[in-house]
Amino acid sequence: MTGMNGTTTTTGAGRRLRLADGTAPVLAVLAVLLVALAFTGPAYSEPAGYLALLKRAAPLMILAIGQYFVIVSGGFDLSVGSLVTAEVVIAARLIDGDEAATLWVIPFVLGFGALIGLVNGLITTQLLVPSFIVTLGMLLVLDGAVFLWTGGSPRGALSESFRMVGREGFDVPLIGQLPWSVLLLTALVVAAVLFMRGGTGRMLVAIGDNQTAVRFGGGHVERVRTLAFVLSGTSAAIAAVLLGGFAGVSAQVGDGLEFRVITAVVLGGVVLGGGRGSVVAAMAGALTLEALFSLLNLLGISGGLESTVQGVIIIAAVAYASVGRSKFRTRKGTS
Amino acid sequence: MSVTGLTDEAPVVRLRGIGKQFVGNPVLRDVDLDLYAGEVHALVGENGAGKSTLMKILAGVHQPDSGVIEVDGREMSFASPRAAQAAGISIVHQEFNLLGDRSVAENIYLGREPVRRGQVDRKRMEADTAGLLDWLGERGISPRTLVRRLPVAQQQVVEIVKALSTDARVLAMDEPTAALADHEVELLYDLVRRLRERGIAILYVSHRLREVFDLSQRITVLKDGELVTCRPTRELTSDQLVRHMVGRPLEALFPDRADPEAPGEVQLALRGAGNERVHDIDLELRAGEIVGLAGLQGAGRSAVARAISGVQPFTEGTVELGGAAVRIRSPRTAVRRGVAYVTEDRKGEGLALRQSVRDNALLVRRAAFGRRSLGRLDLAALLRSVTVLARSEDQEVRRLSGGNQQKVVLAKWLAVEPKVLVVDEPTRGIDVGAKQTVYELLRGLAREGVAILMISSELPELIGMSDRVIVMHDGRIAGALPAGPSEEAVMALATGHELEAA
Amino acid sequence: MSAATLVRTRPQWTRFATPAVSVYVALVLLLVVGSVLVGARGGMLLDQGGILNILTRSTALGLVAIGQTMVILTGKLDLSVAYLIGLCSLIGAETMAGDPGMILPAVLLTLACAAGVGLVNGLVVTKLKVNAFIATLGMALIIRGYLENAYTGPAGEVPRVFQHLGYDRIGPVPISALLMLALAALAWWFLTRTRGGYHLYAVGGDEEVARFSGIRTDRVVVLAHVLCSVAAGLAGLFLASRLGSGAPWVGTDAGYDLESIAAVVLGGTLLAGGRGGVAGTIGGVLILATLDTTFDDLGVTPFFKDVVRGAVLIAAVALYARRRGLR
Repeated sequence: MTGMNGTTTTTGAGRRLRLADGTAPVLAVLAVLLVALAFTGPAYSEPAGYLALLKRAAPLMILAIGQYFVIVSGGFDLSVGSLVTAEVVIAARLIDGDEAATLWVIPFVLGFGALIGLVNGLITTQLLVPSFIVTLGMLLVLDGAVFLWTGGSPRGALSESFRMVGREGFDVPLIGQLPWSVLLLTALVVAAVLFMRGGTGRMLVAIGDNQTAVRFGGGHVERVRTLAFVLSGTSAAIAAVLLGGFAGVSAQVGDGLEFRVITAVVLGGVVLGGGRGSVVAAMAGALTLEALFSLLNLLGISGGLESTVQGVIIIAAVAYASVGRSKFRTRKGTS
Repeated sequence: MSVTGLTDEAPVVRLRGIGKQFVGNPVLRDVDLDLYAGEVHALVGENGAGKSTLMKILAGVHQPDSGVIEVDGREMSFASPRAAQAAGISIVHQEFNLLGDRSVAENIYLGREPVRRGQVDRKRMEADTAGLLDWLGERGISPRTLVRRLPVAQQQVVEIVKALSTDARVLAMDEPTAALADHEVELLYDLVRRLRERGIAILYVSHRLREVFDLSQRITVLKDGELVTCRPTRELTSDQLVRHMVGRPLEALFPDRADPEAPGEVQLALRGAGNERVHDIDLELRAGEIVGLAGLQGAGRSAVARAISGVQPFTEGTVELGGAAVRIRSPRTAVRRGVAYVTEDRKGEGLALRQSVRDNALLVRRAAFGRRSLGRLDLAALLRSVTVLARSEDQEVRRLSGGNQQKVVLAKWLAVEPKVLVVDEPTRGIDVGAKQTVYELLRGLAREGVAILMISSELPELIGMSDRVIVMHDGRIAGALPAGPSEEAVMALATGHELEAA
Repeated sequence: MSAATLVRTRPQWTRFATPAVSVYVALVLLLVVGSVLVGARGGMLLDQGGILNILTRSTALGLVAIGQTMVILTGKLDLSVAYLIGLCSLIGAETMAGDPGMILPAVLLTLACAAGVGLVNGLVVTKLKVNAFIATLGMALIIRGYLENAYTGPAGEVPRVFQHLGYDRIGPVPISALLMLALAALAWWFLTRTRGGYHLYAVGGDEEVARFSGIRTDRVVVLAHVLCSVAAGLAGLFLASRLGSGAPWVGTDAGYDLESIAAVVLGGTLLAGGRGGVAGTIGGVLILATLDTTFDDLGVTPFFKDVVRGAVLIAAVALYARRRGLR
């Protein structure tokens, strides 16, 4: 051991290059997948192919950001899948093909997502119900309520301008068309990274580690945890806008997304229970998952086996991460 | 049972020439230790002296590289804790090994439940548990009660009974008071004495000198893995003991007191403050002074600390900070008004163990203050000033020693430049070297104008550090004493003698 | 300190108000309110058909939830049961292929396969140290892939004799419901009277403590997962006997994965493990079934049921949390 004196020579920049705990495996897997894609699919010989991949992955990556906030602070959000469906169905019903309505429907959709997150957060922190149960209940409520409202099948239609973000792009020299969703994703990634560098972000992780220490240190534990749920709800709303644009109105658009996004976050080395993992790794997990689907598609593996392969890889990746990590956990302090 | 009587009989356990290395580093060299029936044998030394290793060798967790273990004169080797248990040696861990949602009996026989005709024999389990509790004279605990419903002191009893239930004749106790609240320590003392009367040999590992002197008949001191001395307790003073442990006298540990001529402004004033635990607290804390808060276990010292820091706020009276009356309703209000609180439970309440040194040092700053409400902070300089030894600022705090963890806790509070610092057992569970650093840090802060309220169960430490000592008795302030009072004067107030005489 | 004073002031009777007891109180209240509501519309909740309906609904969910209770008590959970139910219904029905002589081999084969899945789940959780959430989710995806790949719809055929299992009844009480309750009783005995059950609670309460006390915690977790999967296998067989054939999505359409977790938690078992039991779970299952039946009788749209179910779940757990907090 050396004293702090010896370490102060490490510059801030040098420190920032260090990868957060558990990030390395997912980046390695991602790199392998991207290389494999380049070898299998001719589309991936130029940037457009990867941009298309990013565009497909954007909704899941955005959801992963939101889910990361909740998981790292020690919770779960199982309601995001139903929330995405609900948002798309609501937007379609409200817009009903009317271009003019788009302008207020998008903020409304975002607000609704935040509101659902707020409810999740308040019940979790104020009534002390485990978030797994709260968001499971919310999942049931949203599923039921949306269909109750629409009478079983989604009605209405999204406007062109609503769908633009998820579907279209703008031309950029050299790389061709840059999808709006990729631009939005980039902005959110930057925002998320900055947020996690800042005080509130670090508080989220600290709360996942030891709530009492933060409370005694003068922190608003309940408020910050609730904020995580609000951000998760908002991320679901943004993902819904992208997915609605990308895939159109359907009552199945959010099916299974909650499990897929939790898988993605955990694949990124974020530990369920909180206190460990980085937001970049969580997004890398989401991208890895989408890259995997793309690869399986290219290899002609049918829909059925796709989920089998997905299941095996998730277990393998997490097993590798946890068994590998415990190997480094050497015995310390012998007296 | 007298100490002199010990020599007549053979020891229950005899360790001879024990040596142990971890990856080439010798942690124990040629250590001897005898344990007699009915004695409390204290094992003391700084962190890294080899106490825990020796204890774990006795309990079968580690196997020695050299040396002999004899039980009742027969040479034994323990391949596992089970083997040691079979030979009658049990260990009481520092952290509780109990299940809150199971009954006392279920906990005691956990993993060894008696079976009759394919079913767990609950009647026998509960009867045997009741028998053991009765034998110990603990009649207040029902075998069927859920452990969660018991106060911590009684949980400790269950823990000890669990260790005894394997027909143990030798108990190794590792910092048994670490998890106990102040007033519960006395109950543990009773229990240890009763165990001794019933012929159990106890190896007692503790950092707290007071406990060592209160309880033990003999003391073995280890330093750097070697045996320094093994003497009857009554032949040692605490000064001598510390000298054996660190090689210098006790007084040398404490820095000089504040200049009595220059008391600063009143930073904290309590007037008639109280809540359900404490009453009528009048107290003034001036910039630059360290005020010791003394009292017996359970007198309400920690309750005062918790009230000032907003964890369990005062409900009566007034609190003034820097001359202005304030209502402290939560830790947040206290922190934002310049009150820092170093809790006695470092791991449970003080640190986010899986986070880095840096994140912990910045925890309060980020938790309680907005982005720009404080000036710039030179974190590296701060960590240097509290002399944290860590591989880097990125190292996880759980990897640090207890002493370094405590320095990180101090750093986290210093980062917000508090005006009032409340420290509760600031040296609990850390070795003597680190204790001295903490003392110097506290005095340095006082010199810079911080008002410090210090709580400690170790009277020599409290007396050595304090510019004034306030003594509590039964939830109230019993009296105040000037710098350097005798232990007798403090104890007289703490036990309520003077109150009755007056 | 404050805990001690609370213990003293707490009225004696609250000692008996364990979650398991309150679940049945709530069930009775629900039956009364439901009867009144249905009665007001000229129907009757607890006539022969109503009882039959409630019990039939309870059977499959009850079977899964008994198994899920075991896993949750150890502090894990099993998200693979829904797909496993579909898989087991297919294995059973296809092996029987309409031949009464094949019933026994088919049942044994199905349960063996289920046990195998549970074994893999348990080993992945304990040996590979994968969080149970992820491990069983991965297993769910693996089974789903197989089902999607190999089946397009119902397959196999259950002999008439086997269908009796699903439809025969004594008065308003289906045989299958009695079998489910018998299994629940067996599970209750196992949990409260045997060392295996004791160790299950210990592992859920604190895995470290259990290990220190000499319990082979890995075995206990594997056992819980195997029992859970076998229970799901039984549910698959029961559903096959109701449907007359195996159906790949019979488990997922009913959402038995989350539904069973909801029932267990509604029954007062702590999601973190170590506290609760089968008695509460059966109460939780009956409440969910009674809610469904009442809404059917009232002619409420099925979507409203989900809303109420979600709200009931959150409210119940909030109440448990509150009471536990007060103790």
